Amino acid sequence: MTPVVSLTNVNKIFSGGGRPQTVALKDINLCVEPREFISLIGPSGCGKSTLLRVIGDLVTVSSGEVLVNGKSAHEARIKREYGMVFQSPVLFEWRTVLHNVELPLEIMGVPKAERTRRAREMLKLVELHGFERHYPWQLSGGMQQRVAIARALAFSPKLLLMDEPFGALDELTRERMNAELLRIWQETQTTVIFVTHSIPEAVFLSTRVVVMSARPGRITEIVPIDLPYPRNVETRESPRFFELVTHVREALRRGEEMGA
Amino acid sequence: MVAAAPSVKRRTSPALAAVLVLIALAIIWELVKLVFRLDSRTLPHLWDILAALGEPSRRNGPPLIAVLLEAAVFTAQGAVVGFAIGAVIGFVLGTVFAHVPILERSLVPYVVASQTVPILAIAPMVVIWLQGSWWSVPVIAAYLTFFPVTINTLRGMKSPDPRAIELMRSYAASTWETLWKLRFPAALPAIFTALKISATSSVVGAIIAELPVGVQRGLGGAILNFNQYYITGPQRLWAAIAVAALVGIVFFAVVSLVERAALRNIVR
Ligand SMILES: Nc1ncnc2c1ncn2[C@@H]1O[C@H](COP(=O)(O)OP(=O)(O)OP(=O)(O)O)[C@@H](O)[C@H]1O
Ligand SMILES: [Mg+2]
Repeated sequence: MTPVVSLTNVNKIFSGGGRPQTVALKDINLCVEPREFISLIGPSGCGKSTLLRVIGDLVTVSSGEVLVNGKSAHEARIKREYGMVFQSPVLFEWRTVLHNVELPLEIMGVPKAERTRRAREMLKLVELHGFERHYPWQLSGGMQQRVAIARALAFSPKLLLMDEPFGALDELTRERMNAELLRIWQETQTTVIFVTHSIPEAVFLSTRVVVMSARPGRITEIVPIDLPYPRNVETRESPRFFELVTHVREALRRGEEMGA
Repeated sequence: MVAAAPSVKRRTSPALAAVLVLIALAIIWELVKLVFRLDSRTLPHLWDILAALGEPSRRNGPPLIAVLLEAAVFTAQGAVVGFAIGAVIGFVLGTVFAHVPILERSLVPYVVASQTVPILAIAPMVVIWLQGSWWSVPVIAAYLTFFPVTINTLRGMKSPDPRAIELMRSYAASTWETLWKLRFPAALPAIFTALKISATSSVVGAIIAELPVGVQRGLGGAILNFNQYYITGPQRLWAAIAVAALVGIVFFAVVSLVERAALRNIVR
């Protein structure tokens, strides 16, 4: 099977504008298999968002190779092979919830009836049926973020890129969203790359946690998560969960010491 | 279902508010006249102005109000055509500037400079270029109209969150799709703000344009005419000014109504 994402010796240097150069990514090697759930974790400014945007062809690499489903990242973007979710929902305020979810389908030329059907299905998946005709401002932050997830899933992308999607939510809402995302991931068979600052969130969700460190941004460790499925509230209270959380925390600390 | 719109405090209707303001202004008018002992030539009584509207402006002519309304319709035509031309030019310029930074940087200063030239200096030139035709009226109105629309279209088109632009990019949306599905709707509130400003200035532009053309049929002609007879009938000039203001207010109100219909789903 071709990996969904394959990064080989990827480097990204931001320069220009008279500012000093920033080595945002240094020698990144990573291979993501289909159906994986990968979390990227690391201190602020270590290049997590940049890595995600490199995969999504929203920034170009300085050197190295980025393959998405065996194609260049650019080709994969043109073929609409990934969905993107940001920290803020980025909904279009002049569109209803339903029309927001339909947006990518509209651009992809899906006929009206089909895109309404798809959008309704996705809203059901994120448990927002009944809110189709609401406007974004009528929803809570957590609900808006679920609309954003429904929108990203609407065209069944093979890959979901998520940049701190639950960063702005309170702890309990966040845990509920984690459980939902896990369920959606299992139902839709997509591959997810997920940026987070929360160690428990990364451990709870992932098949592997990628630990990064800053200056220059690089991968210091990859921690496989062997927690059994289904994962639920009990999972969060199991000894193995705490072991893994501790493991990731220590990996993060080691990465920081290496950088210092 | 959750509650619809967030509850808004009951507001007085805009129509009632307008009437109240009008009454207040009338009181202030008469008070100023009283306190400063202004004679009726400097500041006629409001009732004299109203009465003048009913009287013929010339011997055996139609009542002043009929003359002024006819002139208002004539001027409004020039203003509407000029407003439309200016709005289209402004929208196109703003859109192009938003997409081509080099044009924005090189041309926007000239667009700004164009507005520092007094319209009174431009008007006679336009009249000569267009050989005194009626079209000089809408052209001069458009000259005042296009500027706010250009600037606000540019600003509005650049207003979307960079994430929203990236989102469109992630869908491999074309520039055209990004324009119509994201930039244009995002720019609409700013564009309407400009259109409201332009609506009133297009009326001013049309009136000013009529002066050098010597177009007698419009409000510009009427104002010029009553200016000459101010000593004998000051209330007629005031009446003409009031009608000109009314045209501007009607324009503004029409644009506001369209705005309300277009933006009813956008909370701001
Ligand atoms: N467009 C850009 N131009 C210049 N420098 C940039 C740009 N984008 C990111 N950087 C720099 O690259 C580095 C990595 O940024 P990035 O946003 O990827 O970090 P991050 O890990 O996502 O941080 P955070 O956790 O705070 O979101 C930072 O030092 C940042 O200043
Ligand atoms: Mg980031």
